[in-house]
Amino acid sequence: MIYWNSFGDFIAMGGYGFYVWGSFGLTVAIMAIEPVLVGRRLKNTQARLKRQLRAESRKETA
Amino acid sequence: MKDRFNLYRFASPATFYPLAGRMIPWFAAFAALFGLAGLYLGMLVAPTDFQQGEGYRIIFIHVPASWMSMFIYLVMAFWAAIGLAFNTRLSGMMAQALAPTGALMAFLSLWTGALWGKPMWGAWWVWDARLTSELILLFLYIGYMALVAAIDDPRRADKAGGLLLLVGVVNIPIIYFSVQWWNTLHQGSSVNLTKSSMAVTMLWGMLLMAFCFWSYAIAVALARVRSILLERERHTDWVKAELLGVGDGERA
Amino acid sequence: MLKIIAAVIGRDLKLALRRQADIVSALFFFIIVVSLFPLGVGPEPDLLRKLAPGVLWVAALLATMLSLPRLFADDHRDGTLEQLALAPHPLGLAVTGKVFAHWLVSGLPLALLAPVLGLQFDLPTDALLVLTGSLLLGTPALSGIGAIGAALTLGLRGGGILLSLLVLPLYIPVLIFGAGAVDATVAGLGGEGHLSLLAALTFAALGFAPWASAAALKIALE
Repeated sequence: MIYWNSFGDFIAMGGYGFYVWGSFGLTVAIMAIEPVLVGRRLKNTQARLKRQLRAESRKETA
Repeated sequence: MKDRFNLYRFASPATFYPLAGRMIPWFAAFAALFGLAGLYLGMLVAPTDFQQGEGYRIIFIHVPASWMSMFIYLVMAFWAAIGLAFNTRLSGMMAQALAPTGALMAFLSLWTGALWGKPMWGAWWVWDARLTSELILLFLYIGYMALVAAIDDPRRADKAGGLLLLVGVVNIPIIYFSVQWWNTLHQGSSVNLTKSSMAVTMLWGMLLMAFCFWSYAIAVALARVRSILLERERHTDWVKAELLGVGDGERA
Repeated sequence: MLKIIAAVIGRDLKLALRRQADIVSALFFFIIVVSLFPLGVGPEPDLLRKLAPGVLWVAALLATMLSLPRLFADDHRDGTLEQLALAPHPLGLAVTGKVFAHWLVSGLPLALLAPVLGLQFDLPTDALLVLTGSLLLGTPALSGIGAIGAALTLGLRGGGILLSLLVLPLYIPVLIFGAGAVDATVAGLGGEGHLSLLAALTFAALGFAPWASAAALKIALE
């Protein structure tokens, strides 16, 4: 089923290791970093607006 | 009428925000599943290509990234058209939420294209019609994001950006045709990618990876559109209710 | 209909002639950019002849870009633009007039000046003719597409640079066919095919761009 004979073969990619892993490496990195950044932006926005809204409603009741 | 399933209801930000929140984990899970299956088939099971050796395996991300870069631009233009025609609030936000991911896909397509081109064609960059068009597509993404970022009024940003997207979508076929014409004139067919018939496992690997990229793009865009929604509608009651956990009627 | 276009052209030309320095500056920009290239790549006539179509056309694109931010900005500042938008005739007609006026003071002088600069690059006579012809045919499209960008960026900070980001990618087909026509003539292949495609592009751009610009202006004026 598995095409490769050894882990070393898999890493070497028949001599194309640099190109293949260079492509996959950056893609994986981007697809790991972008969601983190987007998620953090959403969390920050939620927290900031929550703070603002609380402050506003406190002002209203006071 | 009211009982019937109503699509317009989902176009209202107050319903869409929680809906998007519930959809994100699903699409993220799809992306992970499709990605793992695609990588398993493509990287572990699929046999080597007799012409390109193992280097061809870049195809499993290069082609999905290129597809998505074009597809996302079309989807953005679709939202732009809806937004301009029906004046819906959500459309412009969807287009804006998709743009950075589309630009990243275009960039990945160029990056993997360069890493593929070096061993196959002997050069990091060739002025091949497809690579050149992809580069111009990246420029179009950057132009759109720069325009939207420069406009302070969100309504104007949506509409101006939407118009630019429509102009871009009209121009893409013209650009592609002209680049191809220019390319055949200057280079002949010296750098044609060899089209060997693909093994079935390879094709499946590529399709699975394409689904993975597609689900990924949706998940990220939905998360981004949620931030934009909150930011834009921060003075409305539904945002207050959503963030403070207070119903509309209770506040008074 | 033609009356409105003619009136706008007349008015814009009168205003442009009052500010001749702008037109002259853009022309000198064109001359200087083109003259820098031989200094950068060396004086070999063979190389220059090969580079000439691309250099002249790219410099023409950049020179047209220079005057684009002003296309609607002055009218926006003094309120003329809002008057035009409120007028009973469609705004697209007025924009058509403005595009033509812009071409008359930017594209046309460039096209007339280009053969002189082509001599610096040792272009043969037939190539000089095609160069002028391609610029005459292609620069109206540049003014038209540029008008969309100018309308979209109206009144924004950093408008000039932003405008170039939006518009330059859309100029690529015009550049390809314009420079290609001259290139093909230099190579002895004949540039007719390129020129007819360039003409088609210009007609499409002039038919489509004023209305897109008018829509963009309405968005900006809201």
